[in-house]
Amino acid sequence: MSGAVMEGKAHKLGDHVNTDMIISATYLVTIDPVELGSHLLESHDPEFVAKMSPGDVLVGGVNFGSGSSREHAPVAIKGAGISCVIASSFARIFYRNAINVGLPILESAEASEAIADGDDIKVDLAVGTIEDMTNGKKVSFPAYPEFMQRLIDEGGLINYLLKQDA
Amino acid sequence: MSQSRKILARHVGRELLEPGELVEAPVDLVLANDITAPLAIEVFEKLGRENVFDRDKVVLVLDHFTPNRDIASAEQCAFIRRFAHKYGVNHFYDAGEVGIEHVLLPEEGLIKPGNLVVGADSHTCTYGALGAFATGMGSTDIGAAMATGKAWFRAPEAINVNVSGKPRRWVGGKDLILFLIGKLGVDGATYRSLEFSGDGISRISVDGRLSAANMAVEAGAKNGLFPVDGLTVEYLREAGVTAEPALSEPDDYGYALEVDIDLDGIEPQVALPHLPSNSVGVSESPNVKLDQVVIGSCTNGRMEDMRLAAEIMRGKHVAPGLRLIIIPGSPRIYRRSMDEGLFEVFLETGAIISPPTCGPCLGGHMGILASGEKALSTTNRNFAGRMGHRHSEVYLSGPAVAAASAITGTITDPGEIV
Repeated sequence: MSGAVMEGKAHKLGDHVNTDMIISATYLVTIDPVELGSHLLESHDPEFVAKMSPGDVLVGGVNFGSGSSREHAPVAIKGAGISCVIASSFARIFYRNAINVGLPILESAEASEAIADGDDIKVDLAVGTIEDMTNGKKVSFPAYPEFMQRLIDEGGLINYLLKQDA
Repeated sequence: MSQSRKILARHVGRELLEPGELVEAPVDLVLANDITAPLAIEVFEKLGRENVFDRDKVVLVLDHFTPNRDIASAEQCAFIRRFAHKYGVNHFYDAGEVGIEHVLLPEEGLIKPGNLVVGADSHTCTYGALGAFATGMGSTDIGAAMATGKAWFRAPEAINVNVSGKPRRWVGGKDLILFLIGKLGVDGATYRSLEFSGDGISRISVDGRLSAANMAVEAGAKNGLFPVDGLTVEYLREAGVTAEPALSEPDDYGYALEVDIDLDGIEPQVALPHLPSNSVGVSESPNVKLDQVVIGSCTNGRMEDMRLAAEIMRGKHVAPGLRLIIIPGSPRIYRRSMDEGLFEVFLETGAIISPPTCGPCLGGHMGILASGEKALSTTNRNFAGRMGHRHSEVYLSGPAVAAASAITGTITDPGEIV
């Protein structure tokens, strides 16, 4: 995934979205992103995947991604076609994992509060803006450092490292 | 410096490490289990290395969905088994050698004070009870660490938890940590170290400290850390590790936060659904009818937990219809429980005794909840749906409250029935 502009509908979740909620442990018997993605947020809403479209955005409150270290969580989010996650704050291991697998995550309490469920969202990673097209609010965030943007563009840490070796 | 940063500094050959500094450090141990290893192995293989960085420093434990739950988990275990054999991983725990990783590794003498340990499991922070800097990461970081023997860290600020007083009967390490998480909240320690100090610690057993350090991550912490005292040295000696007591010194950079806990003031704790921070004293816990009680896990599957449970349950029977599942955390604890006659007590009580496995804690197998069911568990997470159906409920406690509650069928103060 390159090109830093993403557009989709917001799916608003609350505070403390944990990795069990993102992907139930019972499905951790595969590492296939699409299969994991087909169970995204199932324990939160069994119809979630049917309701979402590729490119959509997850919006959380504080402590998004808390709990287990399962990297399957950001992999499932990507695998389902979610383009990025916006939250007021992220749990430590999830933050690391998301960057490592190339899932863009944006920490902005301002954006998290401004966005309502179902709003149309436009995110420009290169410029560093989150725009709520439904209510017209626009929030800036510091753009990723260049290496981190490249890492995300390459699809994660390993591809990035391999490309450096080459 | 905080004790955690001291350990980190020593690993990178630095005298001083300020909070927030980024360092790449060599690690002493790299751990993964049957659900996180497959992704880590995929990463390792993409890096194209001929060998793991050190065959004695990579640990693989097949503990989550074992004995194999279904074909898919059997395939994952077979994949890891092939990897372990191909690369000659010496600490590969399979079949009858499997224990719950964070119960097993300390017993096996694999954790030493001052070690830097990374694991693809969030409860890797357990080892802080023995004076190691141990933290959980994801599979990509762990796969890379298996190849390079290194990981990058942000030197954490510390929270000082000053523990004083003497715990009342039936209060242990689990109650200390549930009480603390109740004070801090589930993100109150995010990115920070939870460092325990004070004379109250000497009255918490090493098994209790392992329970407490295990749940540091439930407050968002990067790691939990206890000083190494006489009890630690004795515990390590039994595991074949020689160590010296090491007193902790205050952090001259100052702490991000200081918390005082007087053990005298804490009653046995219960965390209500659906966050570990919803902790209350057992006397304030609602009177819910329980369908299941689980005593086990990387939090409370140790010898002290087995003994406490048996002491409370001896000569009594579980409430009608209640499923009591007891999971000794390792082969050694399993055998010792049997030799001490605890299995006799458990079986007379009407308990189900499980082989060592993470099993029901994460809703894997061996005790899944149906819609509307309620469980009291000595595990570490009570998120909605954690142990089964999204409309089931999990309450958390230590082994004493769990054992007493299995007898009465509702959440019960052990003092009421012993």
